[in-house]
Amino acid sequence: MAFEYAPAPESRAVVDLRESYGLFIDGSFVDSKDGEPFKTINPATEEVLAEVVAASSADVDRAVAAARRAFETSWGRLPGRERAKYLYRLARIIQERARELAVLESLDNGKPIRESRDVDVPLVAAHFFYYAGWADKLKYAGFGPDPRPLGVAAQVIPWNFPLLMLAWKIAPALATGNTVVLKPAETTPLTALVFAEICQQAELPPGTVNIVTGAGDTGRLLVEHEGVDKVAFTGSTEVGRAIARSVAGSRKKVTLELGGKAANIVFDDAPIDQAVEGIVNGIFFNQGHVCCAGSRLLVQESVTDELMASLKRRMAQLRVGDPLDKNTDIGAINSAAQLARIRELSDAGSAEGAEAWSPPCELPDRGFWFAPTVFTGVSQAHRIAREEIFGPVLSVLTFRTPAEAVEKANNTPYGLSAGVWTDKGSRILAIADKLRAGVVWANTFNKFDPTSPFGGYKESGYGREGGRHGLEGYLA
Amino acid sequence: MTATVPPLAEVASSASTLRAFLHGLPGVDQVGADQRAAMLGTRSIKTTSKQWALDLAIRMVDLTTLEGADTPGKVRALCAKARRPDPTDATCPPAAAVCVYPSMVATAADALRGTGIHVASVATAFPSGQAPLDVKLADTRAAVKAGADEIDMVINRGAFLSGRYLEVYEEIVAVKEACGDAHLKVILETGELATYDNVRRASWLGMLAGGDFIKTSTGKVQPAATLPVTLVMLEAVRDFKAATGVAVGVKPAGGIRTAKDAIKYLVTVNETAGEEWLSPDRFRFGASTLLNDLLMQRAKMATGRYWGPDYVTLD
Amino acid sequence: MPESVRLSVRKTYKLFIGGAFPRSESGRSYPVRSAAGDFLANAALASRKDVRDAVRAARSAFGGWAKATAYNRGQILYRIAEMLEGRRDQFVGYDIEPSTVDAAIDRWVWYAGWADKIATVYGGANPVAGPYFNLSAPEPTGVVGIVAPADPLLGLVSVLAPAIVTGNTTVVLASEQNPLPAITLAEVLATSDLPGGVVNLLTGRAAETAPWLASHLDVNAIDLTGVSDPELAVSLEEAAAENLKRVLRPGPADWTAEPGIERMTTLLETKTVWHPKGV
Repeated sequence: MAFEYAPAPESRAVVDLRESYGLFIDGSFVDSKDGEPFKTINPATEEVLAEVVAASSADVDRAVAAARRAFETSWGRLPGRERAKYLYRLARIIQERARELAVLESLDNGKPIRESRDVDVPLVAAHFFYYAGWADKLKYAGFGPDPRPLGVAAQVIPWNFPLLMLAWKIAPALATGNTVVLKPAETTPLTALVFAEICQQAELPPGTVNIVTGAGDTGRLLVEHEGVDKVAFTGSTEVGRAIARSVAGSRKKVTLELGGKAANIVFDDAPIDQAVEGIVNGIFFNQGHVCCAGSRLLVQESVTDELMASLKRRMAQLRVGDPLDKNTDIGAINSAAQLARIRELSDAGSAEGAEAWSPPCELPDRGFWFAPTVFTGVSQAHRIAREEIFGPVLSVLTFRTPAEAVEKANNTPYGLSAGVWTDKGSRILAIADKLRAGVVWANTFNKFDPTSPFGGYKESGYGREGGRHGLEGYLA
Repeated sequence: MTATVPPLAEVASSASTLRAFLHGLPGVDQVGADQRAAMLGTRSIKTTSKQWALDLAIRMVDLTTLEGADTPGKVRALCAKARRPDPTDATCPPAAAVCVYPSMVATAADALRGTGIHVASVATAFPSGQAPLDVKLADTRAAVKAGADEIDMVINRGAFLSGRYLEVYEEIVAVKEACGDAHLKVILETGELATYDNVRRASWLGMLAGGDFIKTSTGKVQPAATLPVTLVMLEAVRDFKAATGVAVGVKPAGGIRTAKDAIKYLVTVNETAGEEWLSPDRFRFGASTLLNDLLMQRAKMATGRYWGPDYVTLD
Repeated sequence: MPESVRLSVRKTYKLFIGGAFPRSESGRSYPVRSAAGDFLANAALASRKDVRDAVRAARSAFGGWAKATAYNRGQILYRIAEMLEGRRDQFVGYDIEPSTVDAAIDRWVWYAGWADKIATVYGGANPVAGPYFNLSAPEPTGVVGIVAPADPLLGLVSVLAPAIVTGNTTVVLASEQNPLPAITLAEVLATSDLPGGVVNLLTGRAAETAPWLASHLDVNAIDLTGVSDPELAVSLEEAAAENLKRVLRPGPADWTAEPGIERMTTLLETKTVWHPKGV
């Protein structure tokens, strides 16, 4: 090995971790009355980072009541112009504390610092900046001359992009005049709790934002609470179904952003080197813990060999390891449970006859790790072609004609995203037209922007986040 | 030692087959290439790997002077610098080569005799290449006769941009022949080629015609070398090796001023063509001010102090 | 003189061109007086050559500013608002009502938020009757000449912010009576990461300089809001017709009312692109 990259660790010193955290209700950090404490760990090392608490029914009541009060007496009465300036403050403070937030996110989630520093945190700030600007321009958004907020929003977010998912939820909700009670995922509560501090630094009116930590039970209590006008959920399709059932017949408006099994379609005239980058980015970015991951590679049969050779060569350069090392490309799997699921599906893939390949990888002893893996010889009937693995595992299928590619791409209950690689513009547009997916990336992948609406068709959920469309779910 | 018959020679059997081959190469998505280069530029190279990279970069420098005002005195000073870049530190490795105009080759050859440092000469009516072929070949032969180990030629961009690929190819073959034992670097002048698709095609042209190195720029036109352009060229040499077994070198030239930039290029080499290209036989930097920044960074790693321009020689 | 009395260091008021503060090439200035008639300062008296130089600076800055991402422009405009807030007292010191200064800052913030939204609101996909992808997207028109209104801060902000948030670059002729807030605004711009040349500000007699701006063939649009003389306004609009400049006519303005989007859309060109959809 000629050019060894020496360790280039990002310092943890910028983060000031407390031993334990309470709940953030009505502008202050408070203890839970009767909630069970639990620990959050660093998935790369299994060390305990801090203790947090699972909010109980009484805690959720308090939080919803605080949000209601703020909606009726403070935040809900502010003119858009003033809401805008609060959101700008939040955005600015996020920028100021960017490094701290990025390091904390990598510690709690396991994702590489390069991603949290260069992708997650900048997008978080950008979302707050973007929605700040809508707060006093709602009449131009295309939803009528005087759009009104809904009231109190219950928001439950996943562990894969903790702070970014928080931004996607809270920014549009606040911009439109709602107040929120948000529950971060149980394995990644810490950046949400620091965000609560940021709300204090911005002097946000108490009760506007409330953060209740906990697991599935807390989430259910929150979503099913009578005092809530709106439910926004990002997570698994299974839980999304349960939520949709639970709000039936109620006044609650719901938006859901659920799972996916995106097809990344590569035609014979694709720019090969960039296509390989796009495939790698599509499934290995964030360890594959991405709802819109390009987990199915659909490659035109005539270029399969050439593409696979390039892909394997590129995969061999992926650096798996310490998330806090600036040169790490692939970090830790978020939890033991998720690792078990990835292994189960990967084993199923081999058992069903697909062929697995991983580049040689030295995985650390402690922590949760899975080497980037590609399965060839996969067909539509295989579990690894149908079920969302949510890990760094790519399934490769082939096609002969554009029509066949579209048919296979759409042949799934999901419909979140898709990728198309070809040098021919008209083909991009024709294929994009036919794909039943909420986001189509052509000659690129995993691009996100606050101005660009994101969300799925079919069982990937409904509603859009980002852009003008992202306001709709929070307006009456 | 190069093959007497260039690899894949049948591809150049006619203008139309050559055109079909070049236009059949996969396209390059510009945004994707730029982003890959940018991502490679975020690699953090510290401590031991940084020391290793700095020394390697120094060993890869083609120390260059190509000015109308060049004199024997100037060239001799540059050769002394190439031999002993850091007067205070004998452990500092020498540069790979000194690169000059043909009229200065004899002076350089004399000053570098016995050092192992190569004498590279530009030729073929550098930098524009706008001269009759026989003049360009005479230019080449004169430089080789005066003692040049390496010839940096320019391709005929006018012919390339108007689609006369076979003409470009045949000129390179002729210059390669005129080089004799000297190595040939083929300058594409990527700033004039404008698109990455053209850079890919011109790279293949240079390699098919028997070039030992492909080089980005003359340094006289902006933009000169950039990281994405070099990335595309490294992909081309990688693919050419896979197709023919022949390894061609890459030289970015012009616009690489800082050690930090140089290290980004080395990372790009490492993660594109692979570690076989991490050698002065396969990769060079065409530069002049870069060397001093490499020396200052090297000294900072050794002494722990930031240096200033007073502490490196200006030649 | 008692020891406790300290002489202040007075500010010099120059032009703002290309990010720098040069004097007028004519070397002239004119006295600026308060409403009560007291001498306040000498302001530069811009000449036609200053106009020429300003247009050149604006054109030179246009490429970079128009190509900056909307997010980037929004960030810079928001930074300008931060700097304005920091200088709030200075503006109040020019005899502007504190609530008006606040309104000017808030107006700037309002426009900052339009940077990455105007394209969504003013552009869009068009469902043409054929297998074509059809997208209309707005682009800035280019260099915009602006005759600023008499209202020296809120009015000035209300004509300047919409021009630059959309990616245009500007040459502004400040209010003749009350130019000092304009130059202080220029100081704010100079310390806000705004690239030089995006805003160029000339003080002096608009009646002298406006005709040169209105007839300049490298200016793409002209905002005549601050032209109070109707005959002058007509002749300026006629001069502007030579290269079909986009024109914003003068009119009564209640600067306190929330502006619509017309000041932005008049300075935007809509480009519609067609592309077939077929495998």
